[in-house]
Amino acid sequence: MADNLNDSTSRAPVSQTGHVIPPVDDEGMIGARVTLTIDGQEVKVPLGTTIHDAAKRAGIHIPTLCAHPDLCMAGLCRVCVVEVEGMRTLQASCAYPVSQPMKIHTHTRKVRQARRHIIDLMLSHHYGECYACGRNNNCELQTLAKEYGVDFFRFGHPDKPMYAKDESSHSVIRDMNKCVLCRRCVRTCIDLQEVGCLEAVDRGDKTKIATFMDKPLADVVCINCGQCINRCPTGALRANDPTDEIWAAIDDPKKHVVIQTAPAPRAAIGECFGLEPGHPLTFELNTAMKLCGFDKVFDTNFTADLTIFEEGAELLLRLQDALKTKKGPVFLPQFTSCSPGWVKYLEHFYPEYIPNLSSAKSPQQMFGAVIKTYYAQLNNLDPKDIVTVALMPCSAKKFECNRPEMTDSGFKDVDYGLTTRELAKMIQEAGIDLPKMAKSDFDSPFGSATGSGVIFGTTGGVMEAALRTVIELVVGIKVENLFDHADIIPLRGMDGIKYVELTIPSVGEVPAILKPLFESWDFLKGVTVKVAVAHGTANAHKVMEDLKNGGPLSQCHFIEFMGCPGGCIGGGGQPIPTSQEIREARAKAIYAEDSAYPIRKSHENPAVLELYTKFLTEGPCGHKSHKLLHTHYTPRGKYIAE
Amino acid sequence: MLVTEQERLKSDIGTWLERYGRDRSALIPVLQEIQKKYTRISEYGMQVLADQLGIHPVEVYSVVSFYAFLDHKPKGKFVIRLCRTVSCDMQGKARVAQQLESDLGITFGETTSDGKFSLEWANCLGMCDQGPALLVNDIVYTRVTPAMVNDILETCRKTFGVYALESTHEEGHA
Amino acid sequence: MITPNHKAPLTFATIEPDAGLKAALAKPRVDLIAEITASQLKGRGGAGFPTGVKWNLAAAAQADTKYVICNADEGEPGTFKDRVLLSDHADLVFEGMTIGGYAIGSKIGILYLRGEYTYLRAHLDAVLAARRAKGLLGKNVAGKQGFEFDIQIRMGSGAYVCGEETALIESLEGHRGEPRNRPPFPVDTGLNKLPSVVNNVETFAWVTSILVKGSAWFKAIGTQRSTGLKIFSVSGDCKQPGIYEFPMGITVAKMLEAVGGSDAKAVQIGGASGHCVPASEFGRVIAFEDVSTGGSVIVFGAHRDMLHVAKNFLEFFVEESCGQCTPCRDGNPKLLGGVELLEQGRCSMRYLNELSSLGETMQIASKCGLGQSAPNAFLSIVKHFKDELMGRTQGEAH
Repeated sequence: MADNLNDSTSRAPVSQTGHVIPPVDDEGMIGARVTLTIDGQEVKVPLGTTIHDAAKRAGIHIPTLCAHPDLCMAGLCRVCVVEVEGMRTLQASCAYPVSQPMKIHTHTRKVRQARRHIIDLMLSHHYGECYACGRNNNCELQTLAKEYGVDFFRFGHPDKPMYAKDESSHSVIRDMNKCVLCRRCVRTCIDLQEVGCLEAVDRGDKTKIATFMDKPLADVVCINCGQCINRCPTGALRANDPTDEIWAAIDDPKKHVVIQTAPAPRAAIGECFGLEPGHPLTFELNTAMKLCGFDKVFDTNFTADLTIFEEGAELLLRLQDALKTKKGPVFLPQFTSCSPGWVKYLEHFYPEYIPNLSSAKSPQQMFGAVIKTYYAQLNNLDPKDIVTVALMPCSAKKFECNRPEMTDSGFKDVDYGLTTRELAKMIQEAGIDLPKMAKSDFDSPFGSATGSGVIFGTTGGVMEAALRTVIELVVGIKVENLFDHADIIPLRGMDGIKYVELTIPSVGEVPAILKPLFESWDFLKGVTVKVAVAHGTANAHKVMEDLKNGGPLSQCHFIEFMGCPGGCIGGGGQPIPTSQEIREARAKAIYAEDSAYPIRKSHENPAVLELYTKFLTEGPCGHKSHKLLHTHYTPRGKYIAE
Repeated sequence: MLVTEQERLKSDIGTWLERYGRDRSALIPVLQEIQKKYTRISEYGMQVLADQLGIHPVEVYSVVSFYAFLDHKPKGKFVIRLCRTVSCDMQGKARVAQQLESDLGITFGETTSDGKFSLEWANCLGMCDQGPALLVNDIVYTRVTPAMVNDILETCRKTFGVYALESTHEEGHA
Repeated sequence: MITPNHKAPLTFATIEPDAGLKAALAKPRVDLIAEITASQLKGRGGAGFPTGVKWNLAAAAQADTKYVICNADEGEPGTFKDRVLLSDHADLVFEGMTIGGYAIGSKIGILYLRGEYTYLRAHLDAVLAARRAKGLLGKNVAGKQGFEFDIQIRMGSGAYVCGEETALIESLEGHRGEPRNRPPFPVDTGLNKLPSVVNNVETFAWVTSILVKGSAWFKAIGTQRSTGLKIFSVSGDCKQPGIYEFPMGITVAKMLEAVGGSDAKAVQIGGASGHCVPASEFGRVIAFEDVSTGGSVIVFGAHRDMLHVAKNFLEFFVEESCGQCTPCRDGNPKLLGGVELLEQGRCSMRYLNELSSLGETMQIASKCGLGQSAPNAFLSIVKHFKDELMGRTQGEAH
């Protein structure tokens, strides 16, 4: 069923999509392979392979700029041009699918000269100096300039900015003076994410990337996902960086600075220190953050486990209302609410579905609320002296912590959202070599976490965690009886939309912690629970349209949505570059970490159970939970005010 | 924009979409209709049209900004486009341009304060053998001399029709 | 207001109405395309792709829906022949499109008319209505059972680049007029990703004429590689500007003689995207193998400042570039900057050479044909008029 939902629905104009020749199933078929001669080297490739990819197979590097492995091929920057024998003009190798034998030369004088000219043209309106740029040493334009030996600005270099920076957004800062018009952000925003707040406007030398009517990003329909940042080759797009404020808090002896760390940054931060993707540095990071000066280091997984209780209880209540008491309108499927990019997407594009959104706050915000209440109480701290920082893979978390409603502790629950990239910068600034750090544990009392909390960091993880708990608490059997090693494999992997059904054969006793809410589980007996998972808002869009049209997914009870492709591991605050391969490596690290935990199910987290005994004494979805751990949403709609 | 005008625009867009179809290929024909009737494509119009076609407002803005004959800024009732390409240039377009600016009291890219005339440059109008050429809305004038400019403007003013009476007091200003 | 500008009767005036269509419909499709191929007619928009080959590819493409698109987005500076053809010989053009529909198996014809020619719209609508009334469009065209074809008009909105066929298609689909990557070609993946033939107005009129007079007649005119007749739009410093019909292969000198421009110092052939031919090279021939053109001829008298001409062309491209690819978007402003330096007498020979080399990059690295031809005028003017361009003193009058 989910098959046709995973079909591509690219909406980029054909001018910005490379020609795709569908691959032949049997590569051995006559005509299924083409022989190319690249720089004198013969290479056999499947029909439809681009010249660029064919060269790669032959070990020949052709530089690219506008091309990105996650995006359709635009062929517009022209950096990747090559000479093809018999053709008058050079061809963009990234956008040229081969269908017949060709002789290709990748570095003739013409090619080298053209590339150098193109790089020089880009530099002629790329304002700024490399050493004063956040992308220094991780900039594709800089790399190209180096590769092509740029030692002077052949066609000049701007000495003053042309555009004002757009710093309106809590999450994404746009500095169009550094833009080289590769349009990756446009393809990301419109095509990959289906949000559509950036496009090329005007034409000729006035062409620029803009929002609707050049409005500030904060005033248009931006969901803050930051995927554009991850794909920008230069420093034109970056996250709103709070490190100066955080250092100031650390330097202030009156402030008690607490940092919580989410699983996805830990799986990826090694990339900022030269490690291959897929090396988690969770415990090295604990040591490094202490060295940086954070007073306490906590694990966001703690509140991920808490989320499973709150969001799970909320789901069971909805199911009870739908199946047993049959009172009032019941909004199913319930949607997860931990991804702030997704939440804002829904508020803009499908505000009528806000009742379906779980009222549970995201783990980040739950953590903030608990720190400034329970933790403050426990440690005799004045909450006004506590600064809470959240290490997140996410740019949208910066917006989330600034939502006016996120002050249930009486203070701003989370003071700063800090991205993986920004923390790496702080660690570097402190002169710390992260991969060489000794390992150390999280601080108590929020240091204990489970494998279920860890997998929140990748697509399907929240659902897997929820199912592990629901199966055990409702059915009363061990998950391992149904799924080997408690790994719910159908929910894993990078398919855009995943779907799983699970029939509840029999029910067990209601555990004590849920007794205030449920008398028995009889209403669930024999019920087939249907769940789905979508990541990236383009996939969310497909699911929502299916729901609106009463399609198969409208029968679901629970749907996990993540704003970013791959879930949090592909978040807008993660190390640059990104690709499916990199995201898969990060996901693998996450699942490995899950496997290594002694406790793998949220409902077994002792610290969470203690919180319910000592603080949230009415249990999940109780009065105090509702005050501190649940929230409400804003129907924003699509209309952009004049 | 007044609510009534918004409603009128919305209903017009609905009518035009019926005529041109409800897919993306209808975008430019409908934008042309809006431009013609309302002399501009307002933010509101772009958003309504985007919504109806299932695309994003910035995509409509992107298209509007690309084409020279589409604009979100209000234009005059009469848009005068003087060809500036080489043949007309060689035949004296500069003096016609000067006279247009003097007679209208505006420079290229501007609209008269009474909202009657906009003055713009055009790239090759295809009248190269009869230059200098200019377009007034859809009408082409060829072999224009500086002295002819006033006559052309007067012709426009006379064709203002029913609007002429309400705006007589502004007439002298233009 | 628009004065007639035929300096000599065009062949088109002698073509009997509907004879071409009837001749075409009497042939099997294969033979029809073979006839066009035999004439060696090449696209009259300027690029010069063989029409028969194009139609053959589109005819071979498998699809239920195909399109015949007439490119009437005549925006090349100095070109106005399509306006005249649409005013005076619209029937021949529509007939040619109908023949194209029959040849490739298409039911839908689209005339993409530039916004600047809106005043032609009423006339063209009337011609189409009359053709429908006569049964020359619609179901069973001209009595041919099962052949259905009709033509709609779509208006441009002021963008020169939409004359590039893939940009034109993008525009028809409701996008910015930004050229596509090739491959695929429109004959395979065109409008709505379906096979589409895009031809110039004049090409369709010649198709009709060839069907009436035969491919042998057409092929006998012109040169071996550039057959037939061609319509020219002549403007600038000559005694009789207007529309002319010449055989392909005519020398520049001979043409200048016919239009009264023999004392010219240079001629721009092919519009802003064409080449500037200096007097010393007036012996060259106008043909695809030498000086190729879509038909624009702009004559420059002895008193013209060639730097001013180059500047005018570059200003045109700076504004009309679609802004998509780097060489064209960012290259043209650099060339224009060079012209401005030349005006001030402050351009070093070294920098001028750098700009010429940039122009060569633009010619081979731009995404579309328009970007590739944008530096042509600049390069040829720099090549031939260095002494006139360089070493100017401040305020020097030219």
